[in-house]
Amino acid sequence: MSGPETLHSAIVAPQGVWWKPAHRAEKTWVAIAFAWCMILFAMMPLWHFKGGQNPSGIRGRTDPGAFMARTQEFINQYRVGEDHGLPLVEPPAGADIYMIGMMWQWMPVLRLREGVQYTLHLSSLDINHGFSLYPVNANFQIVPGYDYGLRIVPNATGDFRVICNEFCGIGHHSMVGKVVVVERDAPALPYLRDSTAAAPPADSARGGAR
Amino acid sequence: MSELFRTCPTTGLKVHRDADALIKANAVVATVMLLIGGIAAIGVLLTRWQAVHLLPAVWFYRILTVHGMTMLVFFILFFEMAILYFASAVMLNCRVATPKLAWGSFALMVVGAVMVEVEMWTGKADVLFTSYVPLRAEPPFYLGVILFAVGALLVVFIFFGTLVVAKRERTYTGSVPLVTYGAITAAIIAVITLGHGAAIYIPTFLWSIGKMQVDPQVYRMVWWGLGHSSQQINVAAMVAVWYLLGALTIGSVVLNEKISRTAFVLYVLFISMASAHHLLVDPGMGAEWKVWNTSYAMYLAVLASMIHGFTVPAGMEVGQRAKGYTKGLFEWLRKSPWGDPAFAAMVLSIVVFGFVGGITGVTFGTEQINIMVHNTLRSPGHFHATVVSGTALAFMGLTYYVIPLIFRKRVAFWGMARVQPYIFAIGMLIFSMSMTFAGTFGVPRRHWDISFAGAPFDVAFSPAVDLMLGIMAIGGILAAVGGGMYIIITVTSVFFGKPLEAGVTAGVPQGVLKLPPQTYTLTGEERVTAERGPIHHAPGTLVLVSVFLVAFIVYYFVNWKLLSQIWRIG
Repeated sequence: MSGPETLHSAIVAPQGVWWKPAHRAEKTWVAIAFAWCMILFAMMPLWHFKGGQNPSGIRGRTDPGAFMARTQEFINQYRVGEDHGLPLVEPPAGADIYMIGMMWQWMPVLRLREGVQYTLHLSSLDINHGFSLYPVNANFQIVPGYDYGLRIVPNATGDFRVICNEFCGIGHHSMVGKVVVVERDAPALPYLRDSTAAAPPADSARGGAR
Repeated sequence: MSELFRTCPTTGLKVHRDADALIKANAVVATVMLLIGGIAAIGVLLTRWQAVHLLPAVWFYRILTVHGMTMLVFFILFFEMAILYFASAVMLNCRVATPKLAWGSFALMVVGAVMVEVEMWTGKADVLFTSYVPLRAEPPFYLGVILFAVGALLVVFIFFGTLVVAKRERTYTGSVPLVTYGAITAAIIAVITLGHGAAIYIPTFLWSIGKMQVDPQVYRMVWWGLGHSSQQINVAAMVAVWYLLGALTIGSVVLNEKISRTAFVLYVLFISMASAHHLLVDPGMGAEWKVWNTSYAMYLAVLASMIHGFTVPAGMEVGQRAKGYTKGLFEWLRKSPWGDPAFAAMVLSIVVFGFVGGITGVTFGTEQINIMVHNTLRSPGHFHATVVSGTALAFMGLTYYVIPLIFRKRVAFWGMARVQPYIFAIGMLIFSMSMTFAGTFGVPRRHWDISFAGAPFDVAFSPAVDLMLGIMAIGGILAAVGGGMYIIITVTSVFFGKPLEAGVTAGVPQGVLKLPPQTYTLTGEERVTAERGPIHHAPGTLVLVSVFLVAFIVYYFVNWKLLSQIWRIG
């Protein structure tokens, strides 16, 4: 502890070698901050193994027209009614289900069951949209040309909304869709036989993937 | 040679006439942009405040586009160009490398900015700041952005050229000061950023005239290489300004050059990966890509910010203690010049950036937590705490020193100037926190009408949302008042201000009246005292950063807890 020591400000050009050992308080803080950063990093892979909410899904490219056709086929297959001019669709447990965003609506309206897993495929017919499930507050980006397949398990019954939360033009604010979740053992609504559907589904064919 | 320079009577630095004029020109244009962006901000605010709902839909989205582009690109970058000239030519006592090219670049930036403004205001580019393909603006919009970016890129290269000139002409000895080092960091990130800008705006321009295809997902990835990285220029520039204002206002010291400079290098290495923050719930990328990139390769850029968050206040504390403010934990802070608007702006910038912007940013940028954040009001709540309460406020603080040091004028309306940073910071703090809170209810961002008039299904938000949006509006109006005060003060000072005079103290910040010591030499006995302990001790700062870390940990894990309660998704 002898000899003078100089300190300088950040506008002074340091002379000589500035690569000098840090003092203890500074080293301690760097070590603590580094440890915290490692915890922050570890949490994400950990949640993939232990947690129930991950945005990975089944992802792939699609053609907007083809995705629209697939959605229409899905609607024809499992349509049980109509809600505000939109088809109401009740898919069987475990099914691949479809919702398409377009200027400015979400189609179709889905009727799902609590505690049952579905693979929800989302895409867009035209430009970017935002899938925001209200009031769950789960949000996903919907990009044209990409199929976002998310395995979902509703954990509560009720009427849910799908708000578009990516700007998609002048009608953006009116783009609201709907998801209904009923109890697991609630009676199923009868399928409507649509004359435009190629073949009405046999009960044994339901529950499968595409 | 001598008429090319003037000598600064405060700092003794030689100031190149072209550097002087370029700083002035860029600062003036930046202020004009702040005014345009600020007027747009009021329009956006009064529309999102559902009780007022001022603008029709088409003008809301138009004004929102104007607000984003004008603030995040034009205001910030013109100001940063001024900082680059200051940190190179002024701080290193040297000439600007190529003055003619510098003026040409400035002209290019102005032309580009005007083109973009015209397109936006005339309704030819209602595509918002992000202009996600295939949403389409008229071709001159993209062209204007390209011209502006080319101009900015040239200024960055002139900055590097000026550093070479200073080195070759030996206008300084030793290594460049830390502030210049920080500005170099910002400049390197700017090159990376503007490279992404070219890589996306040139194809998009070609797409807009029908010559090329652009994939919407690729657009989002590359565009955010520009959109997010440009905010990292702001972070690096802001931290450099913190160090600069610490030195000018209270004679802060650099605790350890190695630590602070290494932290800046971490920014350069990792911070551009943050494009991923915007793509965490996108269909185009897998989990490995998302986790690795959103964490800047294991949070090393966050580590850098946490280091600066310690070394900046600790440097202030050690400097103050060396001047004799050694009592207790916080005498150094109590006896600081709180009436100096630059000092107040710096401290408020550090606090709001760190506690609100930083903590929310890292939490929201977590892959899974982002499910509860993406495109809700939580997102703009976060970035108004970083880029507005952090960067813009730090730049405002710097202006109070630029007016006397560069423009050679006294700051007009001095009484108003002394309270301006407080009004602006408190307003923005209320604004961003209530916005973030409203976002936790799922309130969307970039949305004209959350009463969803005309939608097939009703959406009933909790009454708490109305309350939060009302509080947000109060905060926003307060911040707009603070921003308006800043514009009135700076414009009046620059164009109608009174020149500096000996003996007149009103309108001159204390650090300009008497520059605090920039070097301290302490003998062996002085280095360790009973009151202070060893000179490098910063016990007050240790308490402050501990409070910060606890707040960070609590907020982070509360969000995981909330996430665990929603539907299973995967």
